[in-house]
Amino acid sequence: MHPIIKLVAQRLALGILLLFAASAMIFGLTEALPGDAAQAVLGQAATPESLANLREEMGLNEPAITRYFDWLGGIMTGDLGTSIVNRLDIGESVGKRLGNTLFLAFWAAVVSVPLAIFLGLLAVRYRDRWPDKLISAVTLTTISIPEFLIGYVLVYFIAVKLGWGSALAMVNDSMSLGQKLNAIALPVLVLTLVVLAHMMRMTRAAILNVMQSPYIETAELKGLSTFNVIAKHAFPNAVSPIVNVVMLNLAYLVVGVVVVEVVFVYPGMGQFLVDAVTKRDVPVVLACGVIFAAIYIGLNMMADIISILANPRLRHPK
Amino acid sequence: MMKNIPMAALIGLTITVVYFLAAIFASFIAPYGMAEIVGDVWEPASAEHLLGTDNIGRDLLTRMIYGGQTTIFIATMGTILSFVTGSSLGFLAAVLGGWADQLLSRTVDLIMAIPSLIMALVILAMVPVTVPVLILVMGFLDATRVFRLARSVAVDINVMDYVEAARLRGEGGAWVIFREILPNALSPLVAELGLRFIFMVLFISTLSFLGLGVQPPLADWGGIVKENKDGIVYGIGAALYPAIAIATLAISVNLVADWVLNRTTSLKGGRG
Repeated sequence: MHPIIKLVAQRLALGILLLFAASAMIFGLTEALPGDAAQAVLGQAATPESLANLREEMGLNEPAITRYFDWLGGIMTGDLGTSIVNRLDIGESVGKRLGNTLFLAFWAAVVSVPLAIFLGLLAVRYRDRWPDKLISAVTLTTISIPEFLIGYVLVYFIAVKLGWGSALAMVNDSMSLGQKLNAIALPVLVLTLVVLAHMMRMTRAAILNVMQSPYIETAELKGLSTFNVIAKHAFPNAVSPIVNVVMLNLAYLVVGVVVVEVVFVYPGMGQFLVDAVTKRDVPVVLACGVIFAAIYIGLNMMADIISILANPRLRHPK
Repeated sequence: MMKNIPMAALIGLTITVVYFLAAIFASFIAPYGMAEIVGDVWEPASAEHLLGTDNIGRDLLTRMIYGGQTTIFIATMGTILSFVTGSSLGFLAAVLGGWADQLLSRTVDLIMAIPSLIMALVILAMVPVTVPVLILVMGFLDATRVFRLARSVAVDINVMDYVEAARLRGEGGAWVIFREILPNALSPLVAELGLRFIFMVLFISTLSFLGLGVQPPLADWGGIVKENKDGIVYGIGAALYPAIAIATLAISVNLVADWVLNRTTSLKGGRG
């Protein structure tokens, strides 16, 4: 078998195994921690009778293993269970919100990825001169402030003081794409700032790393133009680390979305998860947790696979 | 050692020290009581209230000082927990090798496969949210990162000639860890300490902002944002002060960490 196919297959298998292990761990955590779902809903003051009733109703008297496989089987077939707070089907609530979250993350990625790569290249091109130093200083500042504060600083100055946008990002189905984009402009800006810094720093490091390789020096010494050196020698070798950087940051974006959604009261998964944690709605927390974990693991797996595919050394086995 | 300290690191160190001193002596320097209501809602800055008042009329400067105390205390305890657990398990994994290493490393891989914020939220949905619980959750989740660094540094040191020599003269595992590996792994770990501390500050602030961290009436920087965020649409910037506090603290610690890292890499020729 071709080594690339073998490596990719290994990664896929590992990713699926990791998904199962992660779901088991999330489920196991809610089991192992003191207090169960029924206790979490009713609180410490609940009477033993009402606890027993709710446990019976939620099926908590079954052994944990049985419940885990029931739950996992449900997820596989698209049944995420019902919320214990409002008795609504979780799958239905999640479906729409997941769409909203991915919409937000997608546009943040569309803006931030090309910008980060461009600025990363710029920082390498003007290394140790003022553009590089300016970029480093700005990135250091944005990494040092939590996402939600970047959000409020932007709301304060852009939406309130300048009146250029809305402090809330409400979207619904009746809006056109243009209206939706207008509504999510500020959250997208926040997410872009958050991932831009990481992505740029890592792109800069990846390209610098390649540029210092001996083969680049050889290419320069044999008289190739700067453009040819970068296009033919540096770029093919930098693709893999850059794609990796991008994927890792998209995964990070998925988590950053949780906080940013709360800031802008955006109807997405993050808001849903935080509400569920506050209300101790364990089935919803489990469902959201697994979905976030799955997206995160999936993107990391894709990063690995793409860097295998993009590695020129693996394409020509000895 | 202190002679060649660069300007940036010196500024960073000074600001960091000031923040820690303010946290330690909060009750002496704060002008009012922590939860004392002393004025109107969202009063502008004045001579009595240097930063104005908050959403229910408490002095904002006082809240910021006490908030810093809570945030820095939790972050420091979390960092200590994360370092003690992470580095001792990391060294152990490197020295023992074999199945013990595999078991520890794979468990850490699994925990790190899930974003720590999501993990923390799942855990906090089950247990009551108190300060010790927060420290434990954040410390253990973050220990995975320290574990990876400590293990990778220790694996390299473990094959050095001087470790081999110690083994051949019959020293036990404890000697190898504490007398051979620890002193040599200290510099990269100390540099990492700063970054982990900042991460803790950001983490606890985020949790508090989401309402799942420090509970009122206790003040902390994330909580101050949550309490005062409604003022923002009216152009009241009370919620933005924590941004300045967190950013200056984080940047200062970063500058110190960078300096430590540069100093140690130039001495040892790499991160080990």
